[in-house]
Amino acid sequence: MSYTIQGETGPWEVVIGLEVHAQVLSKAKLFSGAATAFGAEPNSQVSFVDAGFPGMLPVINEECIAQAVRTGLGLNAEIHLWSRFDRKNYFYADLPQGYQISQYAHPIVGRGAVEITLADGTTKTIGITRLHLEQDAGKSLHDQHPTKSFIDLNRSGVALMEIVSEPDMRSPEEAGAYLAKLRQIMRYLGTCDGNMDEGSMRADVNVSVRRPGEGYRTRCEVKNVNSVKFVMQAVEAEARRQIEVWESGGTVEQETRLFDVARGVTRSMRSKEDAHDYRYFPDPDLPPLVLEQSWVNQLRASLPELPDQRRARYIAMGLTPYDAHVLTIERETAAFFEEVARGRDAKLAANWVTGEYFAALNRLKRSVTDSPVSAKHLGELLDLITDGTLSGKLAKEVFEAMLEADEPPGAIVEKRGLRQVTDAGAIEAAVEAVLAANADKVAEYRAGKDKLFGFFVGQTMKAMAGKGNPALVNEVLKAKLG
Amino acid sequence: MRPTDLTLAQGLDALERREISSLELTDAFLDAIERLNPRLNAYITVTAEAAREAARASDARRAKGEAGPLEGIPLGIKDLFCTEGVRTTAASRILGPFVPPYESTVTANLKRDGAVFLGKLNMDEFAMGSSNLTSAFGPVENPWSRANDPSKRLVPGGSSGGSAAAVAARLAMGATATDTGGSIRQPAAFCGIAGIKPTYGRCSRWGIVAFASSLDQAGPVARTVEDNAILLSSMAGHDPKDSTSANLPVPDFRAAVARGVKGLRIGVPEEYRLPGMPAEIEALWEQGLAWLREAGAETVPISLPHTKYALPTYYVVAPAEASSNLARYDGVRFGLRENGADLKDLYERTRARGFGAEVRRRIMIGTYVLSAGYYDAYYLKAQKVRALIRRDFEEAWAQCDAIVTPATPSAAFAMDEKQDDPVTMYLNDVFTVTANLAGLPGLAVPAGLDAQGLPLGLQVIGRAFDEETVFAVGGAIERAAGFDAKPGIMA
Repeated sequence: MSYTIQGETGPWEVVIGLEVHAQVLSKAKLFSGAATAFGAEPNSQVSFVDAGFPGMLPVINEECIAQAVRTGLGLNAEIHLWSRFDRKNYFYADLPQGYQISQYAHPIVGRGAVEITLADGTTKTIGITRLHLEQDAGKSLHDQHPTKSFIDLNRSGVALMEIVSEPDMRSPEEAGAYLAKLRQIMRYLGTCDGNMDEGSMRADVNVSVRRPGEGYRTRCEVKNVNSVKFVMQAVEAEARRQIEVWESGGTVEQETRLFDVARGVTRSMRSKEDAHDYRYFPDPDLPPLVLEQSWVNQLRASLPELPDQRRARYIAMGLTPYDAHVLTIERETAAFFEEVARGRDAKLAANWVTGEYFAALNRLKRSVTDSPVSAKHLGELLDLITDGTLSGKLAKEVFEAMLEADEPPGAIVEKRGLRQVTDAGAIEAAVEAVLAANADKVAEYRAGKDKLFGFFVGQTMKAMAGKGNPALVNEVLKAKLG
Repeated sequence: MRPTDLTLAQGLDALERREISSLELTDAFLDAIERLNPRLNAYITVTAEAAREAARASDARRAKGEAGPLEGIPLGIKDLFCTEGVRTTAASRILGPFVPPYESTVTANLKRDGAVFLGKLNMDEFAMGSSNLTSAFGPVENPWSRANDPSKRLVPGGSSGGSAAAVAARLAMGATATDTGGSIRQPAAFCGIAGIKPTYGRCSRWGIVAFASSLDQAGPVARTVEDNAILLSSMAGHDPKDSTSANLPVPDFRAAVARGVKGLRIGVPEEYRLPGMPAEIEALWEQGLAWLREAGAETVPISLPHTKYALPTYYVVAPAEASSNLARYDGVRFGLRENGADLKDLYERTRARGFGAEVRRRIMIGTYVLSAGYYDAYYLKAQKVRALIRRDFEEAWAQCDAIVTPATPSAAFAMDEKQDDPVTMYLNDVFTVTANLAGLPGLAVPAGLDAQGLPLGLQVIGRAFDEETVFAVGGAIERAAGFDAKPGIMA
C-alpha cells in the first residue's frame, strides 16, 4: 500500500526529490591549498584565493576530483571523462569572488541509482540525476554585533558534491532512507564524513503533491535541511501545506522555503520572481576537466566493499537479511562484526553482536568506535561457548565481567571459576541429591506432571552454582527420572 | 651617451663591464622620473628608496659573481601587477589603499633574475581603454607630439599607456605590460617602441589583476625587439598556480631576433585592408613587406575571413568575463568601502564611487550579454565566432609562417579626440584583438613616422608558442626600418 496523505477532498500522493550537498572529505579546499578542518577559529583557514583577492586563481585539487569519482562509482553512476567548471554569479557578503565555481552544464558524474531498504523489508531504487563539484561559500554571522554582520571564510572554497536525485521518492520514509543511504555509501567510501550536525551534509528537499495517477504539480524547494529526521518532518509539513493550498482552491507557487524546526512548518524564503539570474558561464580560469579512463578504472578497482555488496555477502554467510542490514549500516560495526566472526560461526557471531553486544552499547551509551569490549575478546568468548567451556548463561556472565574490564574471557573464567561442569559423575551426584531431597516432587512427576522437569533442572543448576552443562544436566535428569 | 639612453641590452653590457653600477643607472632613471613624470604622469607610484636598495643589492650580487640575466636593470611595472608591499591600484579608485601581501609570478620572475623596480605605471582603469584616459589617476601624456601642432597633448594609447610612455621617454629601461585586446601593441606603436603580447599561457596570470581571463596576457614593452626578447625570457614560464599557464620550456628568444627571415613565408591578410585606412598606414605596411622580401622572405596573400567579426566578438567576450572578474570589488574585504544602509546599499555606493565610467559601461555590457535570455544570442554566439577566428588562423598557417599587418589604424590621437563615442575608441583595437581571440603571439615594432612626425608600427603575428619566428620577423623589420626618431619629451 503506497503512502498517501488523506486530505479533505481525498488522498494525495507526495513526490520528493533531493539535492544533497556533501562536503568532500579532503585535507585541502577545492581550488586552494587551505585547510578544511571543522571548528577552527574564524578566518584561520583562508588563503588569498578563498578570500577573492585580486589576481588570485583557482587550481583544481586532484584529491577532490578523485573523491567525486569514487562517490559517482559508489552511486553506480556514469563518470564523465570531460566536465567543466562554470561560474555562478551573485553578490553576497560571504561570497568573496562574487561567484561560486560550480559545474552547471557539464557535471563530472551523470546518471546513477541507489537502492533503499524500507522498514517493511522492501527495497526501492532511487535514480540519481547527477553529481557535480562546487565550492562552498563562507558564513555570515549576524548575531555577533547589534548593527554589523561578521564574515567567516573558513568554509569558503571547501569542496562540495551536489548529488541530485530524480523525483522518485513518495513518502517521508523513502526520503529519509535515501538520505541515510547516501550517507552510508559515502562513509563506506570515505568521501564524506556525513556529519550533518557539523554541516558536512545538508539537503534541499523538493516537494510536490498530486492526486494518484496525475502528472507532476508545482514543486517547492525546502532549503538546507540538516538531518534525516528533519528531512522526513519537512516533507510531511510541506506536503500538508500544499494540500491545504490546493484544497482551499489556491495554487502552489514555485518558491524556495525554509523548514522551521521549532514549529515544524515551512515558511517562504523567496519567490520565483526574486530568483537570481546567475549568469552562468564557463570559468575562463579553469580549462575543462579531462579524466583518463584508466585513472577512473584504477579508482574503481581500489573502491572498498560497499554496503549492498557487504550485506549480500553476510546473507550468503547465513545471516538473516535483518542482521545483515543492521550490521552493515555503519562501516565500523561491520568491521567489528567481521573481526568477531573471523574463523568462527558467523551466525553465532551475528547473534552475539546484534544481541548482547548492541544491548550493552545502548545501556552504556557507547558506540562501536568507543567499544567497551574488543572484537578480539568477544571472539574468544564465542570460542569458549563453542568448545563447551561456557554455557550460554555463563557466557553472558563472563560478558558482563568483560564490560567492566576488557580482559580476555579465558582469564575471567579462570579467575572466577566459571568453567562449565561437564563431568558426568559430578552432574549425576548433584542430580541424585536433588531427587533425594524432593521425593514428593519426583512422585508427582512420575504421576504425569511433566512440567516439574524444569524445576529439577533449576534445582540441579542451583546446586552446581549454575556451572552444570545444561545439555548434560537434562540428559542425566531424564535418565534418572525414567 | 646618457645612461637612460641605453637600450636594455646595452645596459646589461655596461653593467657587466662595470662601466656603470645598477645604483647609478637606477639613480639616472629616478632623476628622469622626478623631472618628467609630473608632466607625463606615467608613474602612479615611484618606489625610489626601494629601487635604490634593490640596485645596491644587485650591485653586490654582481660583485660576487651571482648576476642574473637582468641583473641591475631598472624597470617600470604596470600597476595591474600585484607587488608585495607596494600599493597596487589597477588605476582604479576601488582598490583604495590596497597593498598586496603577495608578488605576481611575472614580477617575481623578473626579481629572481635581478631586475630593479622603479615604481608602478599608469594605465587605463582595470586595463579597459585604448587611450589611458580612463585612469583614476589622470591621463598619461604621449612624449611624442605633432610637428604642426606641438602643443596638442596626445594620448600614449592604452591600456599600457604608462608603460609605453615611460619607456619612450626613457623613464624606464623596459616595462611590464598586459594585453587583452591590444593593450601592449597599440601603446607601443603610439609611442614608437616595441612590445610583444606572447601566446596565451606563455606568462602566468597569477597575481595580475584580472580583466578578461581568457584574453589577458602579460608581456614586455621596451625600445628594441631584442630588449623585448630578453625581458620575455625572464617573464615567461610555467606556473602551477595558473591552470591556463602552458607547461612548455622557454626558448632562447634573444637568439631568435637575429635569426633572419630567409625562406619564411609572410602572410598578408586581405581583410586587414580597411576602407578609409590612412594612406600612410597602407604605405608603411607595403614598405614593411618590401623590406621582408629584400631580406629573403616571401610574401603571400592570405585570407582571414572572419576578421570583421573580431571586434564585436571581443566586445562581448571581454566585458562578459570582466563583469564576473570585477564582482570581487564589493567593499567587503579590501580596498574602497562606502558604507550604506544595508549590504546592497554598501555594494551600490562602493561600486558607483569606485569604478569609472568605462569600467561601469563594460560591467553593464558584460552583465547584459550573460543574462538569461541573451546568453545564447551574445555570449554563446561570440564563443562560436571566436572558434571560427581561431580556425581562420589555423588554416592560414598552412600557407605562411607569420603574418604582418599594421599595428594600429592611425597614429596617436589627441586627448580631446575620439571622446564622443565609445565605439570609435574601440576601433583602435581592430588589428590587434584577433591575436587575443586566437591566443596567438603579436609583436608591435616601430617602422616609421607619419607626416606629422608621429611613430607608426607594424604588427607581426605568429603561431601559438612560436614567438621565436615573431621575434625573427620583428628583428628584420627593425633592422630595415632603422627607426631612430626620438620623442619631443625625453630624459
